[in-house]
Amino acid sequence: MITGNSDWVQKLETLAAWLLAFLWAAPLLYAAWAAFHPMDFVTRFDPLAPLTLENFRNAWKVAPFARYFFNTFVLVTITLAGQFVLCTMAAYAFARFEFAGKELAFILVLVQIMIMPDVLIVQNYQTISSLGLVDTILGIGLPYMASAFGIFLLRQTFKQVPRELEDAARVEGAGPIAVLWKVYIPLSRPTYLAYGLVSVSYHWNNFLWPLIITNSTESRPLTVGLSIFGAPESGVDFSVISAGTLLAVSPLLIAFLLFQRQFVQSFMRSGIK
Amino acid sequence: MKKQLFKAFLFLVVVLTFVCTGMATQAATVNLNMYYPVAVGGPITKTIDGMIAEFEQENPDIKVKAVYAGNYDDTRVKALAALKANQPVQLSVLFSIDVFELMEQDAIVPFDEIATSPDDKKWIEGFYPSLMENSRAKGKLWGIPFQRSTIVMYYNKDAFREAGLDPEKPPATWTEMAAAAKKLTKRDASGNVTRWGVQIPSTGYPYWMFQALSIQNGEVLMNESGNKTYFDKPAVIEALQYWRDLAVKDQVMPEGTTDWGTLRQKFLEGATAMMWHTTGNLTAVRKDAKFNFGVSMLPAGKRRGSPTGGGNFYIFKNATPEERKASLKFIKFMTSPELTARWSIATGYVATRPDAYETATLKKYVAEFPAAAVARDQFKYATAEFSTYENARVKKFLDDALQNVLTGGKSASDALKGAQDQADRTLHSYR
Amino acid sequence: MKLPVQKTAHIYGWLFLLPAAVLMAAFTHYPVIAGLFASFYSTPKGGRPSRFVGLENYSSMIADPVFRQVLENNFLYALGVIPLSVTLALFMALLVNKKLPGRSIIRAAYFTPTILPMIAVANIWLFFYTPQIGLLDKIGSLFGMTSHTWLGDTETALGCMMVLAIWKDAGFFMIFFLAALQAIPPELEEAALIEGSGRFYYFRRITLPLLMPTMLFVLVNATINSFKLVDHIFILTKGGPDNASSLLLYYIYEVAFGFWDTAYASTLTVVLLVILSLLAITQFTYIEKKVHYQ
Repeated sequence: MITGNSDWVQKLETLAAWLLAFLWAAPLLYAAWAAFHPMDFVTRFDPLAPLTLENFRNAWKVAPFARYFFNTFVLVTITLAGQFVLCTMAAYAFARFEFAGKELAFILVLVQIMIMPDVLIVQNYQTISSLGLVDTILGIGLPYMASAFGIFLLRQTFKQVPRELEDAARVEGAGPIAVLWKVYIPLSRPTYLAYGLVSVSYHWNNFLWPLIITNSTESRPLTVGLSIFGAPESGVDFSVISAGTLLAVSPLLIAFLLFQRQFVQSFMRSGIK
Repeated sequence: MKKQLFKAFLFLVVVLTFVCTGMATQAATVNLNMYYPVAVGGPITKTIDGMIAEFEQENPDIKVKAVYAGNYDDTRVKALAALKANQPVQLSVLFSIDVFELMEQDAIVPFDEIATSPDDKKWIEGFYPSLMENSRAKGKLWGIPFQRSTIVMYYNKDAFREAGLDPEKPPATWTEMAAAAKKLTKRDASGNVTRWGVQIPSTGYPYWMFQALSIQNGEVLMNESGNKTYFDKPAVIEALQYWRDLAVKDQVMPEGTTDWGTLRQKFLEGATAMMWHTTGNLTAVRKDAKFNFGVSMLPAGKRRGSPTGGGNFYIFKNATPEERKASLKFIKFMTSPELTARWSIATGYVATRPDAYETATLKKYVAEFPAAAVARDQFKYATAEFSTYENARVKKFLDDALQNVLTGGKSASDALKGAQDQADRTLHSYR
Repeated sequence: MKLPVQKTAHIYGWLFLLPAAVLMAAFTHYPVIAGLFASFYSTPKGGRPSRFVGLENYSSMIADPVFRQVLENNFLYALGVIPLSVTLALFMALLVNKKLPGRSIIRAAYFTPTILPMIAVANIWLFFYTPQIGLLDKIGSLFGMTSHTWLGDTETALGCMMVLAIWKDAGFFMIFFLAALQAIPPELEEAALIEGSGRFYYFRRITLPLLMPTMLFVLVNATINSFKLVDHIFILTKGGPDNASSLLLYYIYEVAFGFWDTAYASTLTVVLLVILSLLAITQFTYIEKKVHYQ
């Protein structure tokens, strides 16, 4: 921004930024406090309070977190794999081929930006049910594999690949598939990385659709497991819930803290039109 | 040469016979999937798994798999969804009140068709009659009680002493409760309340709490056939008014809704001196309370009373005759006196059969911890939990009306009349 | 035999598009149409099969007080969350764009709520909002405030949801503004300095217009989220008290999977789709104009 600010304005801005940052981080910090201390200290901020791992042990016992982790991992992986394949092909078609009905098809793709499978729960549930995929991980991921967002992003990227490279490959006798594989995909690695991070974050945290599709621990991901874990009939024990919550968010959180720049860059890149 | 061949042949026959018998016994293993709502906070899964393991040891030809599906509402949704998607589900522990909905969805089989031997009939008669009320409809028996509860009043004995009340004499009537609560409500210098006298949860299952108040004033909220509600009877309106007055007139309860889930913690932290809650909380409160606490029956209005609550075993129609037999065996095992006793101790749910209280296990426990017998003793005043056709919808009409009044919306009479109209419109096609 | 180039282009184009097209049709386009049709029929129940009922579902919907409440809630919610989260996001982006000390920590703090699942943070916020023993009331009591039933009061329940949503999404939108800010060529700033223009003037006449495409993107996202993200309701209030904090999609879930009334749920979904489409079109046309004006 414009430099040459007076000193106190600068200081004020720094203060504001830090205050806001503290407010924003407070809930998570608080959850960490509650998770590592016994139940009595949930609202007492005694700096000498004993640390304990008991809450984590209890949380682990009460719900099958290992299974939930596994399910979530499989879910984001197969969803992303499906997205890579389907969106790459579709983006390639839009970027480099002229075919009948191309504009109409593109507009129909646009529709999904506004109307995602998430809001069409009633009908999509019936579809998945008739495919026999209720309570399966595939059933959770299937509606998302054709992602309008992914198609947009990749189409954008493919369009920016210089034609000369494609022509060079064709001269050597490569067909369209080979060109895709040898030229377009390798050159779009940054976009794939960006899209991958966005997709994984989104599907790791998705709740409503997995809630509807899964019935048992067989396919249940972390988010749904957390909601059950956090809402038992008789009452909630906040320190155990904090521990369970931290367990569930830790992979993504640690990944984020370690690879902050990549995460931020990915989201930034995916927003540039 | 021929002899060798013959021996080889014989050997083959013997092996094949073993293999086939082995396969046959494998094929004869019945696999049961059971959905259950681990509804109390605590390591209940271990107890259930332990009981299942014992059963499987005694019955090597039956394998039971328990599917933990959340709270009662979640489990109902999940079990029905699984049935509709034709996944294998043979039995389940579901809300006792879901019986009409399950009948309507044609999902369950009456026990009269499966439990036919004289031994079976004796077993059925061994349950507390008030618990069986929610199981009977259209002249048949649809559910077997497993984890049942009533509402009890937990109170902080230390707080009682502090306020000059006798900790061994909890309030026995509505008037006594309001008076005690007034003494127990503590305020600080600026007039802010630091401890409320009594709290009754009004989220989660508000209709259940309200049923208690209503029966204490002499009225039930629905008929036995599940197609008519009585929300706007004068005594029912009075009961809601009493609830509301505790907050507004007596000022011993906060205004607005009281959260079901966090109430236990509030009680444990001394933010409220008395709380109405499910007996299913007993084990957890006993473990975590840092003060002397007591448990008593709910106070009487015109009479004592509480709805029963909790889950029954149901067997699904989808199950094959063999699976149904196996399910019955399993259910009889889980509701045997000894296991019922163990289950009650582990969870705080009431034992569903008188003979469970005669076991050495439970006799000893009750002697050490008399609070455990309160809910049982309240059974003679207990009534069926709220159950009608289209239960989820009709319940919501009542829940919304209750929350509306408790948050200072309409008057008790207007809200309940409105709910009654809505219920009538929904249920009228079932009459 | 070689086909002419155009023909192969057509074939290849469609072949590549096909898998995605099939899935998208199955899970986006088909449900919209099927839902519309379903809203004209009744829900099959027990012994009674589904039958054509015309606009009956729509008239019961209009007469349903819960529907009216839920619709009103969602609009209030959107009206509150969208401007606040977008403005806050812009403010955060401006702050983080400067060379302030501890910049990457600040940025991480703003962005972290986005990485966490709403379900997880709702669990934490449930405790914040718990009266008397919860964090908000405990802090409030230090300042002499009385305890408040935040989630149990019809006046404040929806507001609590809004605060949570703003907290969650502001960091997410900040990133997009940040990207756009960093794409502004520094020469513009230098030129403005030379001309002696003030900060606000610069911001209003230069920065803001350049941010318009991003603003559109962020607004569209914020709008979709305010109708799509209902996870926190499951944990905090389940729509109560008395539907004061319920939103349209949550009500659809209750009707479809609590009451198993699929016809009514389809009817409600049609309303949701109409709202989303109208909002999308409005935002696109309004901001398109602003964008092209440069």
